[in-house]
Amino acid sequence: MRLEYFEMIDQVVHLDRAAGRIEALAVVPDASPVFEGHFPGHPLVPGVLLAETMAQASGYLVLAHLGFAQMPFLMAVDKARFRSFVGPGATLNVAASLEHDGSGYAVTKATIRHAGKLLADAELRFRTMPFPDGLDAPMRARARAIGLPMEDAGGVAP
Amino acid sequence: MSDQPITGTSATFDRVADIIADTADIPRDKITPESHAIDDLGIDSLAFLDIAFAVDKAFGIKLPLERWTQEVNEGKVPAEEYFVLKNLCARIDGLVAEKAKA
Repeated sequence: MRLEYFEMIDQVVHLDRAAGRIEALAVVPDASPVFEGHFPGHPLVPGVLLAETMAQASGYLVLAHLGFAQMPFLMAVDKARFRSFVGPGATLNVAASLEHDGSGYAVTKATIRHAGKLLADAELRFRTMPFPDGLDAPMRARARAIGLPMEDAGGVAP
Repeated sequence: MSDQPITGTSATFDRVADIIADTADIPRDKITPESHAIDDLGIDSLAFLDIAFAVDKAFGIKLPLERWTQEVNEGKVPAEEYFVLKNLCARIDGLVAEKAKA
């Protein structure tokens, strides 16, 4: 994770398109400017960044589901729970499942676990819309970098 | 209790009106079959997606919002056809019937 760059997902470890499920790894860095303020001398990953982590895992799942035809933008975080503290160095197992594929929107449920223990969960909703100019290529590049299978992603080859 | 028989559309309207009241925090008695979701009830596009999700779940359908929006934006269909609640409910009934046939 590079918290200050909002790069929350390090590696996609499993994608099941048919089941609508993704699993990913996110390793909390040992040091980050975020920890200077949250909190001084007591570093904790802010809950809002855990929500972002679940949103990004969900977003890659939706991108894969749509074959990169549209971009998901987070529009709602429901029933978010942050059940335990998350500190530097923790390896997080992030999972998301597609609950509903609507017209122009998608709904996921996501979890974050550490060593099998549930740390956070939420229901997330995304508006899906055509990629704004210039966003398609960097999203594909980032997805490729974290190991999202791209064989059905369409578009221009790298 | 009303003596009027519950037709498909009026039963649908009751469910949709309950969903709108719950989702958009609009008093239930302000929601009528003639209400325009945007012009009369002030539902914005984000809230309408919340309502669409609840409707999709409640009726087991997929409202074709992208196609509707495109048709309205291109001037092919007046917005009232989709966003006045009695018309929306008729389309929901149509989608439910289509699904039952499939």
